[in-house]
Amino acid sequence: MKAFWAFVKKEYYHIIRDPKSLLILIGMPIAQIILFGFAITNEIVDAKISIVDNSKDKITQKISNKILSTKYFLLSEYLQDSKQIEGSFRKGKIKLALIFEQDFAKKLRNKENPSIQIISDATDPNTAATLTNYISKILIDYQNEIQLTTKTSKGIEIISRMEYNPQLKGVYLFVPGTIVIILMLISAMMTSISIAREKEKGNMEVLLVSPLKPYMIIVGKVIPYIFLSLVNALSILILGVFVFDLPIRGDYFLLLFEITLFIVTSLSLGIFISTKVKSQQEALLISLMGLMLPTIILSGFVFPLESMPKILQYISHIIPAKWFLIIIRDIMIKGVDITYILNETLILIGMMIALMVLSIKNFKIRLE
Amino acid sequence: MSSDFLNINNISKSFGSVEALKEITFSVEKGELFGLIGPDGSGKTTLIRILITMLFPSTGNAQINGLDIVKDFKKLRNLIGYMPGKFSLYEDLTVEENLKFFATIFNTKIKDNYYLIKDIYQQIEPFRNRKAGNLSGGMKQKLALSCALIHKPDILFLDEPTTGIDAVSRVELWEMLKRLKQQNLTIVVSTPYMDEAQLCDKVAFMQKGEVLEINTPQRIVEDFDLPIYSVSGKDYYKLLLALRKMDITNTAFPFGESIHLTIKEEMNPEDLNGKIRKFTDQNTVTKRIKANIEDCFMAKMLKKDE
Amino acid sequence: MNKSIDKYVVSVKDLTKKFGSFTAVDKISFDVSKGEIFGFLGANGAGKTTAIKMLIGLSKPTSGKARVAGYDVIKNPEKVKYRIGYMSQKFSLYDDLKVFENIRLYAGIYGVSKKEIKNKTDVLIKDLGMVDMKKKLVRDLPLGWKQKLAFAVSMVHNPSVVFLDEPTSGVDPITRRQFWEMIYKASEKGTTIFITTHYLDEAEYCTRASIMVDGEIKALDTPMELKNKLNVKSMQEVFVKLARG
Repeated sequence: MKAFWAFVKKEYYHIIRDPKSLLILIGMPIAQIILFGFAITNEIVDAKISIVDNSKDKITQKISNKILSTKYFLLSEYLQDSKQIEGSFRKGKIKLALIFEQDFAKKLRNKENPSIQIISDATDPNTAATLTNYISKILIDYQNEIQLTTKTSKGIEIISRMEYNPQLKGVYLFVPGTIVIILMLISAMMTSISIAREKEKGNMEVLLVSPLKPYMIIVGKVIPYIFLSLVNALSILILGVFVFDLPIRGDYFLLLFEITLFIVTSLSLGIFISTKVKSQQEALLISLMGLMLPTIILSGFVFPLESMPKILQYISHIIPAKWFLIIIRDIMIKGVDITYILNETLILIGMMIALMVLSIKNFKIRLE
Repeated sequence: MSSDFLNINNISKSFGSVEALKEITFSVEKGELFGLIGPDGSGKTTLIRILITMLFPSTGNAQINGLDIVKDFKKLRNLIGYMPGKFSLYEDLTVEENLKFFATIFNTKIKDNYYLIKDIYQQIEPFRNRKAGNLSGGMKQKLALSCALIHKPDILFLDEPTTGIDAVSRVELWEMLKRLKQQNLTIVVSTPYMDEAQLCDKVAFMQKGEVLEINTPQRIVEDFDLPIYSVSGKDYYKLLLALRKMDITNTAFPFGESIHLTIKEEMNPEDLNGKIRKFTDQNTVTKRIKANIEDCFMAKMLKKDE
Repeated sequence: MNKSIDKYVVSVKDLTKKFGSFTAVDKISFDVSKGEIFGFLGANGAGKTTAIKMLIGLSKPTSGKARVAGYDVIKNPEKVKYRIGYMSQKFSLYDDLKVFENIRLYAGIYGVSKKEIKNKTDVLIKDLGMVDMKKKLVRDLPLGWKQKLAFAVSMVHNPSVVFLDEPTSGVDPITRRQFWEMIYKASEKGTTIFITTHYLDEAEYCTRASIMVDGEIKALDTPMELKNKLNVKSMQEVFVKLARG
């Protein structure tokens, strides 16, 4: 057992004595979360809009004022004719245009359901969708309001809420996503590289000739990285909570347990990669191309899985990050307990065990 | 056979279609300093890796102290000390941390076997807080040797410990090995430097995966059966080319400041010199000499190629 | 400019390189004539590699002067590079290119004209006795052949001086001698050879040899004179005596 701890200590020295890499490992998650949180936010502020008010009555005034009083929208100009909208879009002056039909207030009184046309610039579909959502929400609010005050008959009542994330805040998406990417990166990539380094430098031969058991070498490699990954996960969470007001609605211990589970799964994946490669370069390439890209693309972090072709959806099932992303979002944002995410957890545990067995089977106690 | 500590029986090894070792058989006695002499690619490293249980032989078997290298590999790994060609130190760990690490993974403590490495380690102890990566080649080699010895192995394998090391450090390493031998440690060392063969008790010449010759260096030199002379003259290169054209010449190789010439039949050096002077038009000096290890190696190589 | 300085192919005066407070090369001076085989010996870490790097224009001297192949290495390092050849122990050949492709590549790099490249490649391959191997990948060649090819490639542009950094590491004794015969041949044709080696018997083949210890040149003479001065029989002994101090 002493030999094992000596090994862990050695690993610790390797990590500590490479301040450049350590700085990247600790600093990268923080930089990434800040980037995602502030720069690449989904929240759109001060979008310029044009309004074509063919009715010009009290109600349309009121609705317009309501929309323009939010932080999301700024008025570019009132247009006389809807034909002018095209030009404004082309010049890039506006992101969205609203058209009130004629006799808006009158129709409303007559319960004829007047319409508002929302036209958005979908060259950037995300922005367009978000802005349209904002407007719809404001309109629905207004509708509720007038129904309460006027007590007129209900008409069609639309109740649409953005559940759990009513303000459609970007951090809700990006903090869990970043945790997943960072953990995958550090756990899988760093372990595979560090084992490959021992092989490349010829140290592995000497370790294998020693009485050190292979599983000790594996576990010894893994322990410092579990620790490092946990530190990273926690620092991202703390940043999310205190800087971006992200809620953690679920149980902390459950969250910690699931994070640890994902870390160990990723580490097993890293070890598995290392048993298949000969050099650090190979390890880096495989973990980067083989893990990072699928994790980013197929985990549901950046692109919604539901809108992908069936075949990609099937492939996404074997990506551990996909399951973990569901788990972590559910715990943090929905605040569910273990019963709701039991399936996902079991799948991750299964993956972890399979990868562990594969790695230990593949870990060669000889050079061939 | 009972005094043999290491027994190698008919070991062959192929990597795909490449035959790295062809039917190697020899034995090493306890306390012997055994040299595997041969150029890069001759199979030295592969053979050592098989013996330290890192590779399986394709055919054949070997025993160390009666333990089979395939079946009993777990027990064997405690008896073996191994220093690979690349030294396998952790460059970001200090001298002392390296030594401590290797002691601990072999379940021992530095002070338990300190007497064994004292001679060697003392020379680098003043730098014990320096990172191994910042040591000179010679010091790295001493540290690597200390690390390989710290668990008091019964047999020590050194794979090209002197490659890329300057002549001074080479001399020092061989002095260290000589002292270790006195502790009854069996040592197998590989090297591409022919002159180091003389420092071994017994050597195997290796070339293209085969053993060309196994014997004591003295016997190998004595067994050289061609008349050999050293010839020196002013224009070295012209002399060499001319000597090759003589009909009595067997081989002519540059050897330091003179040329080693083997001829088909023994001749009186003066007569030979006269003949050479006439043929080459140079004021040469010719002496009958004893062959050295390198002459022998080259002769064996040429014989094999015939 | 002193005209007489260029009677030497390599001319070094008080060449110094410092890394911070550490002096890697300390005021070395020597001259090498045309066609000489100059042995540049020294222990690991004595400063050989640093000195060579300055001579081939890869590292800027802290102080001192050096002229190589008629050009000042400080003022005209790019011109120096066209006039020298360099072969390191790692051979600098591309393993995944074929023999003739390697030759063409280097000839191209050194500005040999297109017409000449084809011609040169054929001559070179024939001279090396590698006609059968012309279309083989370099990684499939035995070590000895790689080495000979690397040497030939380093001279493809007819440089006035070739720097060889431990060219014979790990090869068998016969191939090593064949390699030296190539060196002799080149020197006979007037190419200057600047060589480092750990095989000290090879030091005996040199026209003159220098021995570097701790950044300084401790001795420089013909092998015969070096041995006589120290009253020893071989260059090995000369080296050990000087390097051990």
